[in-house]
Amino acid sequence: MQRCDLAIIGAGPAGMAAAAEAAQQGLSVILLDEQYRPGGQIYREVDRAAGPRGAILGQEYLHGATLTAGLGQAGITHLSGAVVWAIEDGFRISFIRAGRGEQLEAARVILATGALERPMPIPGWTLPGVMAAGAAQILLKQSGVLPRQAVLAGSGPLLYLIAAQMVRAGTPPLALVETQTAASPLAAGRHLPGALRGWRYLAKGLKMLAEIKRAGVPRYTGATDIAVAGSTRAEAVTFRCKGQDHRISCDTVLLHHGVVPNTQTARSINVPHFWSEAQQCFVPETGPWGETGKDGVLIAGDGAGISGAMVAEYAGRIAALKAAEELGRITATERDRLAAPLFSRRSRETAVRPFLDAAYPPYGAALRPADSTIVCRCEEVTAGDIRSYARLGCLGPNQAKAFGRAGMGP
Amino acid sequence: MKTDSPFLELADDAPRVRVWFDGQPLDLPAGANLAAALLAAGVQVFRHTPVSGAPRAPFCMMGACFECLVETGGRVQQACMLEVEEGMKIARPHEAEANDAAL
Repeated sequence: MQRCDLAIIGAGPAGMAAAAEAAQQGLSVILLDEQYRPGGQIYREVDRAAGPRGAILGQEYLHGATLTAGLGQAGITHLSGAVVWAIEDGFRISFIRAGRGEQLEAARVILATGALERPMPIPGWTLPGVMAAGAAQILLKQSGVLPRQAVLAGSGPLLYLIAAQMVRAGTPPLALVETQTAASPLAAGRHLPGALRGWRYLAKGLKMLAEIKRAGVPRYTGATDIAVAGSTRAEAVTFRCKGQDHRISCDTVLLHHGVVPNTQTARSINVPHFWSEAQQCFVPETGPWGETGKDGVLIAGDGAGISGAMVAEYAGRIAALKAAEELGRITATERDRLAAPLFSRRSRETAVRPFLDAAYPPYGAALRPADSTIVCRCEEVTAGDIRSYARLGCLGPNQAKAFGRAGMGP
Repeated sequence: MKTDSPFLELADDAPRVRVWFDGQPLDLPAGANLAAALLAAGVQVFRHTPVSGAPRAPFCMMGACFECLVETGGRVQQACMLEVEEGMKIARPHEAEANDAAL
């Protein structure tokens, strides 16, 4: 069995930065990732896509190449295509790679499992042609594939980024159907002082909006009653906006209303989690170094709460320094000295987050879907089914599986 | 088939290799993400649900959902987690069984 000082799960910005920092401090590192190439979703395929598609994807994406380059150093073993399925105390990690089961042992573990799209259950969202907006990003980054006739629906800066990239690639979206109301930016106003510290992000947002406007892409804000029409595939998006009904014919509908931490691994080993009202999702309880209620397990990056790629990078390095100190490679004083600039950069980068969370809240009708809307896609369980289980006395997600297979598929 | 695709493929110089989807030959970029390459080639339905038989196609492209399941190499797998290899034979999962059941 392979042994290492530190096992890192996930080769996105947090995992890659943690690996490089830990190796720098003399730890032996095994970096496990389910994808074939490093980068995570944010920097997916950066080593291959930077050349042909760099101009479309933009400078912030290209930054990922500095992190993939860091994996070349001695002390890091990158196991790609590895799907981790169990972490046992000690720590023994079981994973599947190239169709074979394998195990390794590690003294410390950093979970860098990143984020998932927040599902956006609306009528018609299971039709072929409806995708998560992040899926469109992956298609573009990895494969240079873009939808020809797409409507983007939901809320959040990712919609602007995708729209701007589509404009640059010569296939602008047909429309942006946005759910945030004028009230949300106003409510967000009280977070402006913080956001101004993150002015770089605001400037980038305004630049993308200008790019979208120049391309003549219509924007509808405060949209409600969003649904996808079609019999065997998506044919149109319907919605209400400012008292008017709209219908936009399209081939592809890209849905997005934020991302949430991918907490499956952390929950499987009983790391305590809490409900974040601000981000409307479960978040693991972590300390400043990413330490959790479980000794020896640290969490870095969006998996510890959504803060974006740059914060993930700093958090990965911070967690690696903590692991190096715990394993006696550096002293606590050394750790604090090395981490100090990372903490201050991280706090600068997180400044804009409360503004974004308040300005682009999730779409209410997708948080509380209509009874007839499918919420469990694989088992085709509707919101109404789940509510009926609750009325029958079902006590939570685990029991809901027994009642109607919700979350059990495919 | 290509021109009917809802997706546009930016110029790519990867060599094409022949695969079969549902018995039809397709020439896809070698080493490309299989789900992306099938979408670009105009494949619109990847599977039908076991519950109602509803058509489904890739949704997340990152291995989180299972909407892009296909059968290849004797196993039902997520197409978005596979790469295009010469000679692949790809089918909609359990389609043969479903046909048997309908008889």
